[in-house]
Amino acid sequence: MSDRKPQGASIVFQTVGKTFTKPDGSSVSAVDDVSLTVESGAITGIIGRSGAGKSTMLRMVNGLERPTSGQILVGGQDVGAAQGAALRAIRRDVGMIFQHFNLLASRTVAGNIALPLEVAGVPKAKIRARVADLIHRVGLDAQSDRYPAELSGGQKQRVGIARALATEPKVLLSDEATSALDPETTQTVLQLLKDINRELGLTILLITHEMAVVRDIASHVAVIEGGKIVEAGKTYDVFTAPQHPTTRSFLSGVTGVTLPAFIKGQMHDDRPSGPCEEVLRVTFSGKHATDPMLALLTRDLGIAVNILAGAVEEIGTQPFGNLLLSLDADKGAEARAYLERHGLLTEVLGYVG
Amino acid sequence: MSANLINLLLEATWQTLYMVAVSAALGTLLGLPLGVFLATSQRGELLSRPWVNKMLGLVVNATRSVPFIILVVAIIPFTRMIAGTSIGTTAAIVPLTVAAVPFIARLIENAIREVDSGLIEAARAMGATPLQIIRKVLIPEALSSITLGLTLAVVSLIGYSAMVGAVGGEGLGDLGIRYGYQRFMPEVMAVVVVILIVLVQLVQSVGEWIAAKVDKRAPKGRGQ
Repeated sequence: MSDRKPQGASIVFQTVGKTFTKPDGSSVSAVDDVSLTVESGAITGIIGRSGAGKSTMLRMVNGLERPTSGQILVGGQDVGAAQGAALRAIRRDVGMIFQHFNLLASRTVAGNIALPLEVAGVPKAKIRARVADLIHRVGLDAQSDRYPAELSGGQKQRVGIARALATEPKVLLSDEATSALDPETTQTVLQLLKDINRELGLTILLITHEMAVVRDIASHVAVIEGGKIVEAGKTYDVFTAPQHPTTRSFLSGVTGVTLPAFIKGQMHDDRPSGPCEEVLRVTFSGKHATDPMLALLTRDLGIAVNILAGAVEEIGTQPFGNLLLSLDADKGAEARAYLERHGLLTEVLGYVG
Repeated sequence: MSANLINLLLEATWQTLYMVAVSAALGTLLGLPLGVFLATSQRGELLSRPWVNKMLGLVVNATRSVPFIILVVAIIPFTRMIAGTSIGTTAAIVPLTVAAVPFIARLIENAIREVDSGLIEAARAMGATPLQIIRKVLIPEALSSITLGLTLAVVSLIGYSAMVGAVGGEGLGDLGIRYGYQRFMPEVMAVVVVILIVLVQLVQSVGEWIAAKVDKRAPKGRGQ
């Protein structure tokens, strides 16, 4: 890497809307009145299902799509309004990596990484030195003269990352960059992105449909559904206290805490008459994550609890626990009050007769 | 077969090679940019010019609809304007080129359109201009298909060149008609056909060899 340390740029979406016109004349709203500030130098994840509008949001940051309303500011520059040479200049400050890598099959690893520099008109000697640096940076020294067809998926994405960094951008956009990779390779690629973010200080905006990716590298997250941001904030806060049902359903996949099927099958939303069990989700965060709260609950109130599922994990560096319990519905309110008093979050999921 | 006939055959082979080589070269020179433009000027593409694209498409289709033997005769005034005469081997290059340009353009267009749109997107995201994308992405990525397309075009031109005897163009086809057919010398016809078969085989093999050479899409020697 060169001595110059590129500083990240912030990305600001101001009441951004994007409507596509279909061939038959009808229109579809992909992004609807979105306002979001992506902090400079942070790793921010936008998570949503396919068709939620996350890809459109990302593509508006480097002008591959233009907003139909609102503004997108990258480092203070209005991308949506930029044309021609001005737009191309902004694009050189915004690197992008792709799910399917999008490498040129006709060029070697070194040739692919050189492409953005050739496009920018950098002198040949300078390109050679810079490409060698980048290849080393992503650990592909031995593959420099190979063609993409000879590389593994993880290696291809490393080439993609090196290529995206070639022009020393202030922002890196990641379009489902790990979705085509196996879990192990995903980890190494995410680690590389983390290292780059730390060492170069550039802003990373990634879109994904996997909450695990957000948990592993993003400090901030925005959840998008139907073209609207339904929840946004620090990853830890969103994970520990999700407000929106979409966020919760994404989280249930990643925290590994889901109800066993036989209980889910007989659960009611409303409490049936007669004796029954209340099913609770208890969330432990911060310093309480490792407290033996259930033992204390039983000792202090004499309430017996049944553990259905649970896990403790780390988000960033902070521990976070998630438990599914059932207990006598008559004592539910008392137990919840006790747990909340001790800083835990509770949520009634339903009742089992 | 007399020494005289052998000389005639050698000369005719040379004339065929000359006509085909020059018209293929000129056809590529004009057909390549036309093909690239046809591929990139459709609505929503790099150089989006839907109307120009439609008009050019019509002209290309019209030229390709005319049977070659009719095209040769129909454009005689144009041939005279370009070559100074409408008769002879050099003059025959004009109709051959006129037929080759739209054909090659369509082949190049198809080759370019096969290039993964993700690559164009990646290049746009780098800040590449449309011309840079064409030069550095589309043509290099399509090179293997372009080579196969040009091979097909040359093989077709070898076939077309047999018809230019109608306007005094010489070459193998002309020799076959005049000696083999009109003078009842089947052995001349047989030799002409054999030479044509060998020529086509050679062109095809060389074309495929180059196409494989420039194709980096599949790993070599790994049976994948």
